Amino acid sequence: MEKTILSGNEAIARGAFEAGVMVASAYPGTPSTEILENIVHYPSIDASWAPNEKVSLEVGIGASFGGARALVTMKHVGVNVAADPLFTLSYTGVRGGLVLVVADDPELHSSQNEQDSRNYARFAKVPMLEPSDSEEARAYTRLGFELSEQFDTPVFLRSTTRISHSKSIVFPQEPLSPSTETGLVKDPAKFVMLPGNARKRHYDVEARLEKMAEWACDQPFNRIEEGTSDIGVITSGISYQYAKEVLPEAHILKLGLVHPLPKRLIREFAERFEWLYVIEELDPIIEEQVRAMGIAVKGKDTFPICGELTPGRVAKAISGKEASPAFSHDEVLPNRPPSMCPGCPHRGVFFGLNRLKAFVTGDIGCYTLGFMPPLSAMDTCVCMGASIGNATGISKVLPPEERKRVVAVIGDSTFLHTGINGLMDMVYNDSTATVIILDNSTTGMTGRQDHPGTGYTLGGEKSYQVDLEGLCRSVGVKHIHTIDPYDLDETRDLIRREMERPEVSVIITRRACMLHKRDILERKPPLFVDPDKCTACKACLRLGCPAISWEPEAGEKGKAQVNRLLCVGCGVCEKVCKFGAFGVCDGE
Amino acid sequence: MASEVKNILLVGVGGQGILLASEILSEALMLSGFDVKKAEVHGMAQRGGSVISHVRYGEKVYSPIIPEGEADILFGFELLESYRYLPLLHRDGRAVVNNLRINPPGVSLGQENYVEGIPEKITGHFPQSKIVDGMTLARQAGDLRTVNTVLLGTLSHFLEIDESIWQQALKARVPERFLETNLKAFALGRGV
Ligand SMILES: Cc1ncc(C[n+]2csc(CCOP(=O)(O)OP(=O)(O)O)c2C)c(N)n1
Repeated sequence: MEKTILSGNEAIARGAFEAGVMVASAYPGTPSTEILENIVHYPSIDASWAPNEKVSLEVGIGASFGGARALVTMKHVGVNVAADPLFTLSYTGVRGGLVLVVADDPELHSSQNEQDSRNYARFAKVPMLEPSDSEEARAYTRLGFELSEQFDTPVFLRSTTRISHSKSIVFPQEPLSPSTETGLVKDPAKFVMLPGNARKRHYDVEARLEKMAEWACDQPFNRIEEGTSDIGVITSGISYQYAKEVLPEAHILKLGLVHPLPKRLIREFAERFEWLYVIEELDPIIEEQVRAMGIAVKGKDTFPICGELTPGRVAKAISGKEASPAFSHDEVLPNRPPSMCPGCPHRGVFFGLNRLKAFVTGDIGCYTLGFMPPLSAMDTCVCMGASIGNATGISKVLPPEERKRVVAVIGDSTFLHTGINGLMDMVYNDSTATVIILDNSTTGMTGRQDHPGTGYTLGGEKSYQVDLEGLCRSVGVKHIHTIDPYDLDETRDLIRREMERPEVSVIITRRACMLHKRDILERKPPLFVDPDKCTACKACLRLGCPAISWEPEAGEKGKAQVNRLLCVGCGVCEKVCKFGAFGVCDGE
Repeated sequence: MASEVKNILLVGVGGQGILLASEILSEALMLSGFDVKKAEVHGMAQRGGSVISHVRYGEKVYSPIIPEGEADILFGFELLESYRYLPLLHRDGRAVVNNLRINPPGVSLGQENYVEGIPEKITGHFPQSKIVDGMTLARQAGDLRTVNTVLLGTLSHFLEIDESIWQQALKARVPERFLETNLKAFALGRGV
């Protein structure tokens, strides 16, 4: 087939298709999201969004137990959520091959931490492949299914932002047909992990890893590229590309399988060099294992442990010298952080919370941007779903007056991911905090994916839409209110009232995301500021709307102004202005 | 460092269509027979933040990200963002920059100042650079949204890619009904 240029994520989808995958399940998370968004276009694959990563892995396990090849994908922190089934899946092994793609995010381009998933491979005793470009992403995905079945184990495929979101040339291969051997098989010794069975399986797990480590010494994905200098490098994944870039003359042992390590191959390679580097991003996973073999290497004493590597960082670590740029700034530049879109329904809620001086236990999504000035109305953010439990916990240690200020804020997708459990606890254990569910009818942060609360599937088909009010009622919440967050004053008054209430209450702010795919939003004409009425009070600037800017030169004291190209006509600014200075442009 | 590899750094503001432009560029380079890699970050950056995309091509490309200070061309869609990433440009490099100012939040709020005189600063340090009135040309082409294609047209001057290949790449990535305006925009940009 013809070569093509694909992102790592597109290539993984292609590799899964080629491997005859029948079932793919995931919860979105940058940088992994596009894998499922691409796989859904292959009609032979049943692809779906699960409400969270644990469920997606369990769906994959079920499909594997039924005899099919299954792909499960998630971002690095998703594995924390899916860790429970993962660790026991390692014991059961598979029937149809199962590949779990985990996409790490060194440098935290879009994440709350920088954990290194290779630790999970060791911890859960699951083999892990690590591609270094899109072609390897395709080929290793395919290979992962073969290894999974050959060694009766789930297999990790580890990507990183620079693999998933980089494009390079791919040579697609002919696909295999999906297995025809699916069906029910009873095999309790393998599938029922009670102590008696699991105890035996643990021996199998250890034996499997040992066998694989030896076998991997002679496989083409663990290869030596001979060089001409007297430097040896052990590396894998994207770090391999930086090593080639910076040390073109070095001898390189490139590992395609990063767990288990091919010890014999490493020893043979290492013996040839006085000077051996291990170049790896984040944790010293390879380094520590190589050191434990009694081999001296230069690793994290030379290369940074925090952040991603780059050719420049690798070069600097080795030479000790900083590259001197041809140009450097002699002034401080204004930053350009991301911000909530014009017309974002979240804005008004945070504006209100700010005015009410609430203490907001926050969560993860577009709305996390509510922590930034001028809204400055989010005080904690830990992980998906944490807002509600955090509110419960913090309320427990506050005097009643202060307790009222605690408000948990959570997105609709996040609420269904892991928020509902926290709400159950809140009612069950008699907490008093207020919970706001920001229902914008999509998973905004990761690029607007559907979820059970939107009533549509990954394939775009209509499905049952979770009734959020009903769900909250069913766990025992007595006070549930739904409001349009564009109604600024009403929203703030409602929040104030519910904060006062010494019982759990839920406020659902409902309005679709401005960038929503499906809802055909009424395009409203933009607003303008009447300079004669603007008194330069700057109240509207506190909304942090990208469409409103301050013109210091206008009038005596300056004036607010609306950028017509950005304004979507939500009218929230009009409600903030006490002087009626905002008007709607007509006829456009 | 592998010397035969050429590096183009695309920078601008989220929402300006930088990722699509780098898509078309990479496609054209691949069709010209080069090994191509490109790297960018999705997610947070889309919400009006600073966006950057690396495109590298040559006989064999390793790292998808451009080594610091090795960009041959800085392809900027907005003035401040172009200026921000100027230190990544090689001393013999050139910038191709859209003459457009988009205020970052701090400037909109009146708390920070936009940097003045960016075009002169760029051409002063990198004399081979070109500042393009992309918006004016896009208007001429008949649709403001073709500004990226205008800029690609100007960039195309400096790259060894056949005009027919550019057209093929545009056809592959631009929806049918916008194709004609985009081809016109490309020609206008190329004529700068
Ligand atoms: C365990 C885990 N999975 C996935 C993600 C990626 N992620 C961050 S926020 C988010 C959901 C955002 O959707 P929602 O809660 O509806 O808020 P919105 O962005 O729409 O405002 C996701 C999937 C994550 N941070 N952690």
